[in-house]
Amino acid sequence: MLTSPVQDMAKTTLVIIPCYNEEASIQTVIEEVMAILPDFKILVINDCSKDKTSEVARKTGKATVIDLPVNLGVGGAVQTGLKFCMRNQAEFAVKLDGDGQHDPEYIQAIIQPLFEHKADIVIGSRFLKENTGFQSTFLRRLGIRFLQLVCRLLTGQRITDPTSGFRAYNRRAIEFMANHYPSFDYPEPEEIVLASKNGLKMIEVPVQMRARKAGVSTISSAVSVYYMLKVTLAMIFIFLRNPEREMS
Amino acid sequence: MIFEHIEKIQIISIIGSLAFLVMIARLIKNSMLKEAYSILWLIFAAVFLVFSCWKDGLDYFAAMVGIYYPPAMLFLILIIALILVLVQFSVIISSQSDKIRALTQELALLRNEFRNSKKDTGKS
Repeated sequence: MLTSPVQDMAKTTLVIIPCYNEEASIQTVIEEVMAILPDFKILVINDCSKDKTSEVARKTGKATVIDLPVNLGVGGAVQTGLKFCMRNQAEFAVKLDGDGQHDPEYIQAIIQPLFEHKADIVIGSRFLKENTGFQSTFLRRLGIRFLQLVCRLLTGQRITDPTSGFRAYNRRAIEFMANHYPSFDYPEPEEIVLASKNGLKMIEVPVQMRARKAGVSTISSAVSVYYMLKVTLAMIFIFLRNPEREMS
Repeated sequence: MIFEHIEKIQIISIIGSLAFLVMIARLIKNSMLKEAYSILWLIFAAVFLVFSCWKDGLDYFAAMVGIYYPPAMLFLILIIALILVLVQFSVIISSQSDKIRALTQELALLRNEFRNSKKDTGKS
C-alpha cells in the first residue's frame, strides 16, 4: 500500500518509460505500474521503434505516448520525457526501462527521498546490499566495478550502481537535465558526473532488478572495452567542463 | 625521453602539439566540442606529441615504413589523422542528412494535420 505522501505525489509525478523496440514487454510494464500506482501518469517515449511499441502502448489506454520522428538513443528519449515534464508542470519524474527489468514495486522507495527533500536525484542500486535479485554476468560486474571507481574519483561520492537507469528526479533536477542531458548512447554514468558537477544531490536506494522480460538487450555491448573507454572519456570531459552557467 | 640533439623541427612540433591539445581541451571545457568528435583529434595530438619528443622512436618507425627523412613521418601521421577525421565527418553528415530529411517530412505532415484540425474546429 502506498503511504499517503506518495499518493499526494501522484498528481505531479510522471513515470517516464523510454522505449526502443519493446513491443513484447511494454504492455506488461505499463499495467504493472498502473496496478501499483493507479494515479500516476505514465509517459512512454517511443524512440522511433521499428516495431509496434507505440501501438501496443497506446492500446493500453493508460499511457501518453510520444513518438520521436528520429532515433535519438536512450539519452535523447529521456531528455524528451524531462522536457515534457517541464511543459506540464511535473514536480517529480521517475524513469523506468521498458523491458521489465525495473520492478515498479520500488518506485515508491525511489521517489520517497525526493518528497522528503533528501536529494535531487535518487538512483535505484542493485548493489547496495546483499540481495537475491537479478545480478549481471561476471564481465558486466567487472565493468561496473571499474565505473564505480571512476565515479568515485570524479565525484567524490560512492555510487554503487552507476549504470542503473532506474532513477527519480525532483523539479530542480528535471529543470537542469531537460536542458543539459548528456550524450545519447549510455548516459547513466555521465549523468552522475554532470549532476555532481552542477550541485545536484544524489543518493541511492536499494532495489532489485529482474531479467529482461523479452526481446534483445540493448546494452549487450555495454561490457566491451570500447564502451568503457568511451564512457570514461565522456565522464572525464564532463568533469573538466565548466559547470553550466544556470546552476551558479 | 632524453633530449641530446634536439632539432628545431622537434621544438616546433612539440609546441604545436601542446598548443593544439590546449585548444581542443578548451573547446571541450566550454561545451563547444562534443566528446565523441574530439576523441580522434586528441589521439592524434597525443601521438604527434609523443613522436615529436621521442626522436628515436620516430626514426625507428620511419625506417620500418621506408621513409628516409623521419620528420616526413610526422606529416604522414598528420595526413592520416586528417583523412580519418574527414571520413568520420562524412559518416556523421550522412546520418544527419537522413535525420534532417525525416524531421522535414514529419514537420510537413504535422503542419498538414494541424491545418486540418484547425479547419474542423473552425467548422464546428
